[in-house]
Amino acid sequence: MSLEFYQAYWWLIVSVLGGILVFLLFVQGGQSMLLNAGSDLRRDLIVNSMGSKWELTFTTLVTFGGAAFASFPLFYSTSFGGAYWLWICILFSFILQAVSYEFRRKKGNLYGTRTYDTFLFINGCVGCILLGVAVSMFFFGGSFTVSRGSLLDGGAPVVSHWDNPSHGFEAIFNWRNLILGVAVLFLARMQAALYMMNNIEDDPDFFASLRAKALINGGIFVVFFLWFLGMLLTTDGYTVLSDSYRTTEVEVTEFKYFHNFCTIWQAGVMLLLGVVLVLYGWFRSVFAKHFTKGIWFTGIGTFLVVVALFCVAGYADTPFYPSLTDPQSSLTIHNASSSEFTLKVMSFVSILVPFVVAYIAYVWYSMDKKKLTPESLEKTDHKY
Amino acid sequence: MNELTTVVDWSRWQFALTAIYHWLFVPLTLGLSFLVAIMESLYLKTKAEKWLAATKFWMRLFGINFAIGVATGIILEFEFGTNWSNYSWFVGDIFGAPLAIEGILAFFMESTFVAVMFFGWNKVSPRFHLASTWLTAIGASISALWILVANAWMQYPVGMEFDPEQMRNVMDNFWALFSGIAVNKFFHAVFSGWALAGVFVVGVSCWFLWKKRNQDFAILSIKSGAWFGLFGLLLTMYTGDGSAVEVTKHQPMKLAAMEGLYHGQEGQGFTAFAILNPDKDWNNDEDEYIFEIAVPRMLSILARHDANAYVPGITDIIEGRDIVNGDTINTVSYQERIERGKAAQAALRAYDAALAQNDTAAMAVAKADLQKDFKYFGYGYFKDVKDAIPPIGVTFWCFRIMCYLGGYFLLFFIVALLLAYKSQLLRKSAWIQWIGMVSVPFMWICSEAGWAVAEVGRQPWTVQDLLPTQAAISDIPASSVIVTFWLFAAVFTLLLIAEVSIMCRQISKESQKNLSPKTV
Repeated sequence: MSLEFYQAYWWLIVSVLGGILVFLLFVQGGQSMLLNAGSDLRRDLIVNSMGSKWELTFTTLVTFGGAAFASFPLFYSTSFGGAYWLWICILFSFILQAVSYEFRRKKGNLYGTRTYDTFLFINGCVGCILLGVAVSMFFFGGSFTVSRGSLLDGGAPVVSHWDNPSHGFEAIFNWRNLILGVAVLFLARMQAALYMMNNIEDDPDFFASLRAKALINGGIFVVFFLWFLGMLLTTDGYTVLSDSYRTTEVEVTEFKYFHNFCTIWQAGVMLLLGVVLVLYGWFRSVFAKHFTKGIWFTGIGTFLVVVALFCVAGYADTPFYPSLTDPQSSLTIHNASSSEFTLKVMSFVSILVPFVVAYIAYVWYSMDKKKLTPESLEKTDHKY
Repeated sequence: MNELTTVVDWSRWQFALTAIYHWLFVPLTLGLSFLVAIMESLYLKTKAEKWLAATKFWMRLFGINFAIGVATGIILEFEFGTNWSNYSWFVGDIFGAPLAIEGILAFFMESTFVAVMFFGWNKVSPRFHLASTWLTAIGASISALWILVANAWMQYPVGMEFDPEQMRNVMDNFWALFSGIAVNKFFHAVFSGWALAGVFVVGVSCWFLWKKRNQDFAILSIKSGAWFGLFGLLLTMYTGDGSAVEVTKHQPMKLAAMEGLYHGQEGQGFTAFAILNPDKDWNNDEDEYIFEIAVPRMLSILARHDANAYVPGITDIIEGRDIVNGDTINTVSYQERIERGKAAQAALRAYDAALAQNDTAAMAVAKADLQKDFKYFGYGYFKDVKDAIPPIGVTFWCFRIMCYLGGYFLLFFIVALLLAYKSQLLRKSAWIQWIGMVSVPFMWICSEAGWAVAEVGRQPWTVQDLLPTQAAISDIPASSVIVTFWLFAAVFTLLLIAEVSIMCRQISKESQKNLSPKTV
C-alpha cells in the first residue's frame, strides 16, 4: 500500500477519534449543569453518573493528541506551538477536571465541594467551547507560516511560526470559531441530559427536568449548528494544486466544502444520516412519554457528523489546516504527515482498535446494566 | 539574557516542573496498583476478609493518587507540542508513534478498567472485578513502557535516518526503539515504583501502630508492603546496574557528570562522598574535589563490569580520549564535533538550495556531505565546547542522594520484615514506628533524584547529539511561558497540598473503622 493510502487511513483514524471524543463530551455537558442542579442529591447523581465515564473522555482526548502527533507531526508542532493559549486553556481546564471528581466530597479537600464543582463546571463549558474552536480552525484556518529552512537559523531555529502575536487568543475570539464552540457545548449538554435519562432512575420530576434540559439545549444546539453548517457550505476554501513534503501550492475555491460534500458523497451521506439520527434521538426523547434510549441515536449521529466534517476538512485536495497568512504554508494530510514506515507501523497497531472498542462496550454495558439510583449511590463504596 | 535564551530556559523549567509533579504520583500508581491486585487475588483465593479489607483500604488511597497523576500526565504529552514544537517536527516521526500506541493500548485499558475497579464491586462478578484490577495495573505499566521507550530513544536515538528533503528524521526500524537503554529504563522506573509503594504501605501502617488502631491490619500490611517493596528494590538495583553500563556506552558525558569526574583512569574509584570544587572547569588545573572519600576501582566495576577498565572524565571526553582494552584511542573531540556539526548544517543548507534549483547532481553531493557528519548535527548549534557539558553539581548530588537512599531502603525493608514477624517489638516501639513514618517522604526524594540524574545529566540535549534544547523550542514569547510556568506551579502546588490533606484525612478516617476482622 502506498504512502497516500496510509495518510488517508490515518486521517480517518484521527477523524474517528474526533467523532468519539465529541460524543463523549456529554460528560462535560453534564458538568456544565452542576451549578444549577436543583438539589445536593441531584448534583451527586449527575456527578456520579458522569463520574464513571470521565476517564474515557479524558483518555480519548489524550489518544486524539497522540494520534495527531504520531501521524501528522507538523500539525502538532504548528498548532500546539502556535495557538499556544488556545491549547493551554484547554489543558488547564482538563487538569481541573481530573482531580475534581475524586476530591470533591473527600474530607480534607481544603477548598470545599463547591470549588471542585466549579472546576467541573469550568471544564464543562470551557473544554467544549475551546475544543469546538480548535476543530473550527480546520476550516477557518490559523495565522501561521511554515519554513523548514528555519531549522538552520541559529538565532530562531523554529520551523513553524505563528504570525498573530496573540498566539491562540485571536482564534478563541474569532466569532466563526465560537459558533462551532457554542454548538459543541449545547450538543454536549443535550447529550448529557439524554445520557442521564438513560442512566439514572429517580423521581419523575428529575426525569422531566432532564427532558426540559434536553429540549432547550437541543434547540440552541440546532440553531448554532445550522449557522455553522451554513457558513461552512458557503465559505471559500483552498484547493491543493500540487503537494509534497517541501512545496504545496493552493488556490482559493468558492463553496469549497459544499463541493467536497458532493465529491466525497460518503461524507455527505454520513452528514445527512448523522443529522437525522441526532434529530430523531432528540425529538423522541423530548416528546415521547418515556423514551430513554435517545443518547444512542444522538451519539451515533454525532459520531457520523463529526467524521463527515473531518473527511471534508482533510480529503479531496483540501488542506486540513489552512494558513490565513501564507496559503502555501497550509497543512495537508500529505505535507504534514509522518513517513510511510511510521504510518505503516502504527497501522498494524490500529488493527487492535476494534478489540479496544469491544472491551469498552462490554464494560460500559456491564457497568450501566443497573441504573444509578439515590439508594444505590448511598450504598456504593466509592462515590464522587 | 536574550529572548531565545529566556524562552529555552523557561520552557525547560516548565517541563521540569510538570515532570517532577507527575513523577510524585506515577510511581505510587505503578506500585500500589499491583499490590492491590495481589491483595484482591489473595482475597478471592482464601476468602479471608482481612484481604478484602486491605484491598479496599489501599484501593481508596490508590484512587486519590491516581486522579492527580492523570491531571499532570496530560500536560506532559501536550507540552511536546506547545513548548517543544521544533522537537515535535524534527523527530515526531519517531517519537510520536510510542505516544499514539500508548494511548491506544494502555490508556484505554487503564481508564476503562479503573472505573470497574472503583465502581464495580456490586455491579460485576468478583472474577471480573479482579481481572479489572489486574488490567488497571498492567495498563499503567504498559503506559509506562511506551513513554519510557520514547524517553530512552531521546537519550539513545536509533532506528532512524535523516531525510534532507523533509528536513527531519524518519523512522526506519521500529524494534530498534527497544534498546538496552529502553529496557533498563522501563524496568528500573517500574520497579522503583514498587519499592516506593512498599515504603508508603509500611509507613502508613506504622502510623496505625503508633495510634494503636487496627494493629493486626497494620502488621499484615507491613508484611505485604515490605516483601513487595524489597522485591521491587532489588530489581531496581539490578536494572540500575544495567542502566549504568548503558550510560557508559552511549552517554559517557552523563556518567562523568554523575561522578564529577574530569580526568579518568584505569581502575577508576567511585566517589562515595565528596565536596565538589566550584572553581573546577574542564580546561583548568584545579582539583575536582575539595574533599573526597572514594571506593577504589568501584566506578570501573559499575560502569564497565571490569575492575581495571578505563572510565573517561569530562576533560577526556571533550578532548576525545578513551582507553579500550588497554589501547588509547582517539574519539572525536568536542571541538571537532562542533566543526563537523556546522559542516553538516552547511551541507543541509546546500542541499536545500540545490533542491530549490532542482539540481540533482548538487543534491547528491550535498547529501553525501551531510551523511558523513550528520551524527554530530546537533553540535553545530554550539559556539563553545562548554555548551555541551551538563550541570555537574545537580547531577552529582542527585546521583548520590539516590544511591544513599536506595541503600537505606534496602535496610529499611529487611528490618521491617524482621520486625513484622516479631511483631511485639514493632507494636510497642514508638521510635521504630516513627522511623517507618518519617522514611516515607525520603522514598519520594530518592525517586525524584533518580529522574533528575537521568534528565539533568543528559543536558543540553533533547535528542542526544542531534538536537539541543535551544533548537527544540516553539516560536512563542518568553512572557507566555513565564505566565504558564507560574500558573502550573500554583495549580499543581495547591492540588498537591489538597491531595496530601485528603490522603491524611482518609487514612485517619479509615483507621477508625474495624479493618481487622476476626479472621486476621
